[in-house]
Amino acid sequence: MAELRKPDETPLLEVRNLKIGAMAYPPGERPHPIEIVKGVSFTLESGKVLGLIGESGAGKSTIGLSPLAYGRGGVTITGGEVLLDGVDILKLGKAGTRAIRGARVCYVSQSAAASFNPAHKLGDQVIEATLRHGLMSRSEARARAIELFGILGLPEPETFGERYPHQVSGGQLQRAMTAMALCSRPELIIFDEPTTALDVTTQIDVLAAIKTAILKTGTAALYITHDLSVVAQVADDIMVLRNGETVEYGSVEKIIENPDADYTRELVNVRAIRNEEAGDQSGRVLEMKNISASYGTTPVLFDVSLHVPKGQTLAIVGESGSGKSTLARVATGLLPPTAGSVRFDGQELTPALKNRSREQLRKLQLIYQMADTAMNPRQTVGAIIGRVVTFYDGLRGSARRNRVNELLEQIEMGSGFYDRYPAELSGGQKQRVAIARALAADPELIICDEPTSALDPLVADGILKLLLQLQREKQLSYVFITHDIAIVRAIADSVAVMHQGKLVRFGPKSQALAPPFDDYTDLLLKSVPEMKIGWLEDVLASRRISSAGN
Amino acid sequence: MTENQRVTSAPGKAPAPGLLAVFRARFPMGSRIAERILLGICLLFASSVLIFAGIEILPGDFAETYLGQSATPQAIANLSAKFGLDQPLVTRYFDWLFNVLHGDFGHSWASGQSVSAQIADRLGNSLLLAGAAAIIAVPLAVGLGLLAVLYRDRLVDRLINLLSLAAVSLPEFFVAYLLIMVFVVQNPVTAFPATVYDSMSLLEKLQTIILPVATLVLVVIAHMMRMTRAAIINVMASAYMETAELKGIGALRAIVKHAAPNALAPIINVVALNLAYLIVGVVVVEVVFVYPGMGQYMVDAVTVRDLPVVQGCGLVFAAIYILLNMTADILSILANPRLRHPR
Repeated sequence: MAELRKPDETPLLEVRNLKIGAMAYPPGERPHPIEIVKGVSFTLESGKVLGLIGESGAGKSTIGLSPLAYGRGGVTITGGEVLLDGVDILKLGKAGTRAIRGARVCYVSQSAAASFNPAHKLGDQVIEATLRHGLMSRSEARARAIELFGILGLPEPETFGERYPHQVSGGQLQRAMTAMALCSRPELIIFDEPTTALDVTTQIDVLAAIKTAILKTGTAALYITHDLSVVAQVADDIMVLRNGETVEYGSVEKIIENPDADYTRELVNVRAIRNEEAGDQSGRVLEMKNISASYGTTPVLFDVSLHVPKGQTLAIVGESGSGKSTLARVATGLLPPTAGSVRFDGQELTPALKNRSREQLRKLQLIYQMADTAMNPRQTVGAIIGRVVTFYDGLRGSARRNRVNELLEQIEMGSGFYDRYPAELSGGQKQRVAIARALAADPELIICDEPTSALDPLVADGILKLLLQLQREKQLSYVFITHDIAIVRAIADSVAVMHQGKLVRFGPKSQALAPPFDDYTDLLLKSVPEMKIGWLEDVLASRRISSAGN
Repeated sequence: MTENQRVTSAPGKAPAPGLLAVFRARFPMGSRIAERILLGICLLFASSVLIFAGIEILPGDFAETYLGQSATPQAIANLSAKFGLDQPLVTRYFDWLFNVLHGDFGHSWASGQSVSAQIADRLGNSLLLAGAAAIIAVPLAVGLGLLAVLYRDRLVDRLINLLSLAAVSLPEFFVAYLLIMVFVVQNPVTAFPATVYDSMSLLEKLQTIILPVATLVLVVIAHMMRMTRAAIINVMASAYMETAELKGIGALRAIVKHAAPNALAPIINVVALNLAYLIVGVVVVEVVFVYPGMGQYMVDAVTVRDLPVVQGCGLVFAAIYILLNMTADILSILANPRLRHPR
């Protein structure tokens, strides 16, 4: 393609007035076409990285797929031009776009674990596109893959390709997918939230690997994410999107340090919540002593002892697989422990859920990560919350309706939502309904299992503010399970750090998050991306231990 | 190094895993296959008990039927003693089982001939018919399924679906008579009846059974085709199929190379189910074409209450079903890369 390249004034990628549409199927209405992307334009020089940022529904993934002339899930490009080296790829037709995909433009998805075919070796999949497009011989492609595995810091690059997807970890798969994208020496790579599904300590390594690979290979990239602090580490320019429109477009320095738009400023200043920890943490609502638990014969918790201060928040923080959710399952009785005891208000709880009294059940409620799957999609909001009201308080008819509406007021939604179905609500609204359902039991303690990690930052902030306000009004105690140390800093009174099924740190926030740190807590704290250019390099230089699971 | 491994290797108070658990973790595939074979043997044993007991509680008595008008109490008693029917049930069952394990199904009460020899003969015929039908039907069904996915929701797909559905909707005897009418009565291009003899060569046999084979192919093809199509379409929605498309892989290669290996397990299962049907469930087709297969043999024996034959046929049918399903399960296990290549 080199002979087709025009003189230098033609940018590698130029998107002009891009419009993308889809059919909407709202419940109870006729299907009608909607516009997802409403005329977006940008340019990308070769070798540069452009970050696309916005909350879910902003159209960033949809725009990101346009250089591949691909619309996901019935989405179609309805207008505008996507010029790759001056040629509009939307007019190339089927064979023409196929020749570009996997050769000149490559894609790295959010979930590499799902994007690799479980039936084939990683190496074969990494070189497949390069071979099919006839760009290299098999031995050349294999050598290239091994070189890339090395650049990306994968273990045993010579033999890594012999493994199957299920034989390597999530962080390694994400790097292998980056290697797959780089293999054909493309001019442009699209990274679609490549680190969002990873633990923080793994994310930082993958991020560093991607940055290194981009620098060494000189490819250009579109980097899509909802996390401004992540994209600030890798991008040259940033485009902020909202509802399919450009909010702001400029250099990283400009966007981070001197944003023009209010929305951008909100994104930069997200997580400004500060909850001062309570001075007196002597009251104990829930106390767990020497808890050990296992799934089948696999032990997952080892001798964990902690307590929740009354009317306050205990944040349990750790990576996936650290046992933090298992601890919640033990507290609720869903998983009887193999050893240890659980006390609530000084009273010992029976280990198994089915032996607990209704009053004991009432005092301890749960909010889940996925509000979507935790609600019956065929029940209205009124039925979802009302069932709990009837179960614990025996209210029926108009008394029940009044109580539900009262709860809807408390979560700042109001009685207008009584007859709505979950599918008609946004992610944040669904999580609020889940909170109302927990409140309906009039509990003393609510266990919140990553209630905000599936939400956009600004929506998550709203949920956290609501939880803190409810805590003040009702003297609620929370166990807040999260992998996000920033949330811990924001809302906790007391902090527990879990690692590989063990409690590595526990105490009031001011002590738990102050030096001297053990090695793991140090790693965890340093891995949280900061809204600062050059943060990535600083952290990598100052780390004591390398992260696990990558 | 994975998280899982680290958790299990962490010092804890976990109970020491048993020898069986260690074997399972070390050889996930071998142990699963061994378990499946063991289960198959247990199933076969259980079905032998069921067949024996089921026939025992059937109304009617061979001696009475056999003797007809001359069934005096003495004659019945004599005949019962001759066939060992005066022995206790458990004794008779274990005698029978012992002989079966040595390849002896006993002798027919009606004809006095060896049941083993007759079953061997009839089973050969049944396998010939089923084999010929399967060799045509399985590749055709899978191929049509792939084609239907490739042209999904287009004319080719609709045509394949419609015709196969029509074929499976017609009762098999109707299809059989239809074929006879067209290819024997109106245009005499092939033989009828499709009776084969031991004296025929393989080629002659194959020429003779064209019509029953065609009938069976039409009957089984739709089921397998639709399952292949459904299994592959199910896989087409996976993220790795989108990856293949975004890598610029062509549609046909994506289906064959990326979708099909992951759709193997359900396809293997439906193929095994249809193979079993072809061997043990085709009595109607055998009757229409006067074909000397297992089905007809068993039905004849049931009408005269010739119990050794019925029991023998029942056990052979059960064994074929269990063997085919076991093979399907083992192939599904082999097709799973997670088991083939443990961590």
